Order: sequence, then C-alpha cells, then structure tokens
Amino acid sequence: MAQATVAPKSMTFGEGGTAIAFTVLALLSIVVAAKAYTPEYGFHAYLFAAGSVAAVFALFNRYFDRPAAPAPLVIDGKPNYNMGPVKFATVMAVFWGIAGFTVGLYAALELAFPVLNFDLPWISFGRIRPLHTSAVIFAFGGNVLIATSFYVVQRTCRARMVGDIAPWFVVLGYNFFIVIAGTGYLLGITQAKEYAEPEWYADLWLTVVWVVYLLVFLGTLMRRTEPHIYVANWFYLAFILTIAVLHLGNNAAIPVSLFSSKSYIVWAGVQDAMVQWWYGHNAVGFFLTAGFLAIMYYFIPKRAERPVYSYRLSIIHFWALIFLYIWAGPHHLHYTALPDWAQTLGMTFSIMLWMPSWGGMINGMMTLSGAWDKLRTDPVLRMMVVSVAFYGMATFEGPLMSVKAVNSLSHYTDWTIGHVHSGALGWVGYVSFGAIYCLVPWLWNRPLYSVKLVNWHFWISTIGIVLYITAMWVSGILQGLMWRAYTALGFLEYSFIETVEAMHPFYVIRALGGALFLAGALLMAWNLWQTVNARQAEPAATPALVPAE
Amino acid sequence: MNPTYRALAEFAQSWGLAYFVAIFLVVLGYALWPSRQREFDEAAHMPLRED
Repeated sequence: MAQATVAPKSMTFGEGGTAIAFTVLALLSIVVAAKAYTPEYGFHAYLFAAGSVAAVFALFNRYFDRPAAPAPLVIDGKPNYNMGPVKFATVMAVFWGIAGFTVGLYAALELAFPVLNFDLPWISFGRIRPLHTSAVIFAFGGNVLIATSFYVVQRTCRARMVGDIAPWFVVLGYNFFIVIAGTGYLLGITQAKEYAEPEWYADLWLTVVWVVYLLVFLGTLMRRTEPHIYVANWFYLAFILTIAVLHLGNNAAIPVSLFSSKSYIVWAGVQDAMVQWWYGHNAVGFFLTAGFLAIMYYFIPKRAERPVYSYRLSIIHFWALIFLYIWAGPHHLHYTALPDWAQTLGMTFSIMLWMPSWGGMINGMMTLSGAWDKLRTDPVLRMMVVSVAFYGMATFEGPLMSVKAVNSLSHYTDWTIGHVHSGALGWVGYVSFGAIYCLVPWLWNRPLYSVKLVNWHFWISTIGIVLYITAMWVSGILQGLMWRAYTALGFLEYSFIETVEAMHPFYVIRALGGALFLAGALLMAWNLWQTVNARQAEPAATPALVPAE
Repeated sequence: MNPTYRALAEFAQSWGLAYFVAIFLVVLGYALWPSRQREFDEAAHMPLRED
C-alpha cells in the first residue's frame, strides 16, 4: 500500500440519510403530539420525538468521534466482526427477562390474591398480562434472537455484519418498539389481539425495524466467505421472513386518524379470528421455535465440542417444520364458527408436526453423543440439553391438545397456560440462558464469574418450572372437568366461582414456581454482571493453560 | 356454497397435496443424495471451527 492516502472525512449516505429521516420523524411526532386525541397517544408521540432527537444527536456524535475510514472488513486475515450491537441486545435481553419474569410473578399473585391490583387500572390483570407476555416473548426472547442471530451469522459466514448504522438501528429501534408497546399496555392502548396488542403506529415502526433486520441478515449471508449456509442461518432466516409476513397480515388495520391511537382491522368476523391464530400459532412456530432451534444448532455443538449429530436430519426437519407449522393455527379455534374442515385441517397438521419437532429434539440431544459426561460438569450445557428435553415434551403435548376431543377438555383452561409455560420456561428460557451464559464470556472475552452459580440457577429454576407446570396441569384438568360436570337433572354442577375457589391452591403453587424461576434469573444477572466486571469467584482448580507463544 | 369456493377448495385439497408431496420429495432428494455426504459432514462441523 505505497500510495495509501488519507481520505477526507465525510458523512456516509447511511449516516446522513438516517439523520434526515429522524429529523423529519421528530417534527412529525411533535405535530402529532400537539394534536393527539388522547393524552396517552400524545405521550407516545413525545416519546417518538425524544427518541428521534436522541438518534440525530447520537448520529452526529458518532460521526465526529469516528475515524475517517470505514471499519475494515478483515484485520490480519481474520474477519473484523461487529459485536457492539450483539453486546447491546444481550444486555437488553437480561434486563427485559428480569422485568418480564417479575411482571409475570405479579400477574400470578394477582390471580391468587386479586386484592393485589389495588383497584388501579394500570396494574389490573388485563393490562399487565399482555405486558408480561410481550416482555418475555418479544423483549426477552426477541433480544436473545437478535443478539444470537447477529453473532451466529457473522461467525458461520466468517464475515463482518453488513451495514454501519443499520445493525444499531435494528437493536435500538427494536427496543424502542418494546418501550412503546409496554407503556401502551399500561396506559390502556391495545388493539386486543393476543400477542399482537400494539396499535398501528407501533406496528408500522416495527415493520421498518424488521425490514432493516432482514436486509442486514441477508446482506451478511451474501457477504459470506463460506460456500455453505449453515443450518442455523436457515432457521434464523425462516424466523425473520415469516414473522415479517405474519406481522403484516395480522396488523392490516386502518387508523381512525393520524392523531388517534385507535385503528380498525380490515378482516371481519371469523376471518379475523383465523388470521389472528394463523399469526398467533406461527409466532409460536417461527419466533419461539424456529429462532430458538437456530440457537440450539449453533450453541449446543459449540459448547459440547461435537458436530451436529445428523446434518441431513437438520435439513429434512427444517423444511418439514416450516411447511407444516403454517397450517396449524386453526386448532386454536376448535368448536367455534370456523368451518369444521378448517378445524380438522389445523388439527391434522398439528399432529403431523410431531415428526419435525422430534426430529429437531433428537438431533439436538444426540449431538451430545460422545460428550455425555459434560452434562455432569458443565451446567450451561445441561441447561441447554434440558431445554431440548422440554422442547420434546411441549411439542408432544401440543399436538395432543390440538386433537378436538382433548381440546374440548383443555381449551380455555389452565392446562393451556401450563403447556405454554413448559415450552416458554423450559425450552425458550433455558436455551436462551444457555446461549447467554456462552455469549457473555465470548463477547467480553473473560471467563464466567462462577460456574457454581449457574448450577444453582439451573436447579432453582428447574424446581420452579416443575411446580409451575404440574400446578397448571392439575388446575386446568380440574377446571375443565368442573365446567363439564352436570347434575342428574341436566344442570351445571358447579358455578364459575366454585371453580375459581377450587383452583386457588394451585394458583399459589404456580406463583411460587414463578418466584423460583425469577430467583434463578436474578442469580444469572448477578453472575453476568460480575463476569463483565472481570471478577472470578472460583480460582481455577487446575493450573490455567498458557498458550504457546 | 358458491361454485368459486368449491372449485378453489377442490383445487387446494387435491393439487395442494400433490404440491406438498413433491416438495417433500425434492427436500429428501437434496438431503439424502449420497454425493453430498462430504459437504454435509463438513457443514456439521461449522460451529466448531475457530478463526
């Protein structure tokens, strides 16, 4: 490089364009805030204005501080990975996890002791329930997925992530969406669609963020130096692409006015219900399954230091999973106005899902073949393997519950809540914790503060999950049986409130289970905090290996 | 039932099935083709490679 010249520093198109876009958004938000129909919507408009101004400020600050040349793609023959956004999303995942578990515990306590809502509308069950579900699924799970997908796609493509501003826009923009959604629920802004509660303006914002996410991911795949696209990336891509389609379909709503948070969905009647559960079940299938299977396919082999058990099985179950899942939604609408054939179709596809689900479970488990002894010594790996076991259990239970005869007992009861939590706490929670316990030491390049604490986290949370799901099984089946009990004269045997009284002890046990799960997560947060601050609880028992120079 | 609905339902229930079976066979063919053994063995080791 004899003729290397120093290029004068100038703003890139991305920096300038983003700054202009945010300036326009800030002005628009201020106008909307001034003319908003309700103070709640005005508050959100001010949040958008404040966020936009902060973004413009951050863009210029970053521009003045950065070197003139763009970050090199390769340094000393090694890819110059962009891990800043990954670190941010990892930290946010832990933060939202703790917040979401806490709100969940509070919701559980309100169900057991209704007095705890103190007659305040903002913390009534109807508002904090979506706050809990969105916080754990989209805030915690979403940040875990964004962090791991950005990490895995770079490592397995051996290429620096595409974009300079774009990856930061994705992680910051996504978390801003979470703030808008969460504060909206507490203030009473909702479109009343389960797992899709945010109103039209939050949905539009998320659409922009999600398209940029897709472009960054695709761009990085196209930049890969490896000829083969690793299977985890296929799962991530299916997750990102399908969520985009589902989000657009289920949120096709027309706002009353630019100055109102209220909108009306374009679908009517049972079609709306069908679109909602097409979305709802595929949020489970592609957000909570495909995305986290991607985590499984990278982090379990890496941690166990074993190759994927059967790469061929991974391809077959990937395609089977995505082609079957998309049809399973109608099983949420058994015995409703939905045509019978559509209900049967949903049930049939749900049962067929046993195959690809268990294909994934077997592949994850068997990846440990030759390394089973590590389960004894490595609680992080144990956490991930137990998560795969929970995945197998939840995906066995799900198809069973989709069978109409079973559903007639289980639907609308706590059995459903128990089923969801064996998947959410056991599968999604544990595979996320496992991935975070791997990621933080790798990203900050220091050893984990304490492996013993991970062990404590594992056992405390496992007892919590067992208490939670068994309490909900008993409570749900009890509830279902009480609802369908008739007297000899053909009257209902129990009034509604009698079922609630009968379920009270199980609600208390469920709250206890949730408290244990939260306690485990707090241990994790402490452990990670100490790790990042380069502290060590347990001095290495064996002399540390010194790399040969 | 109006005839359009009928026709569409019949089309979906017959050709839809054939389409799915065909796609599944293509996937099986791709995944199980013997000459891809080496490529897939290498791919299975991708997470383990360090740079």
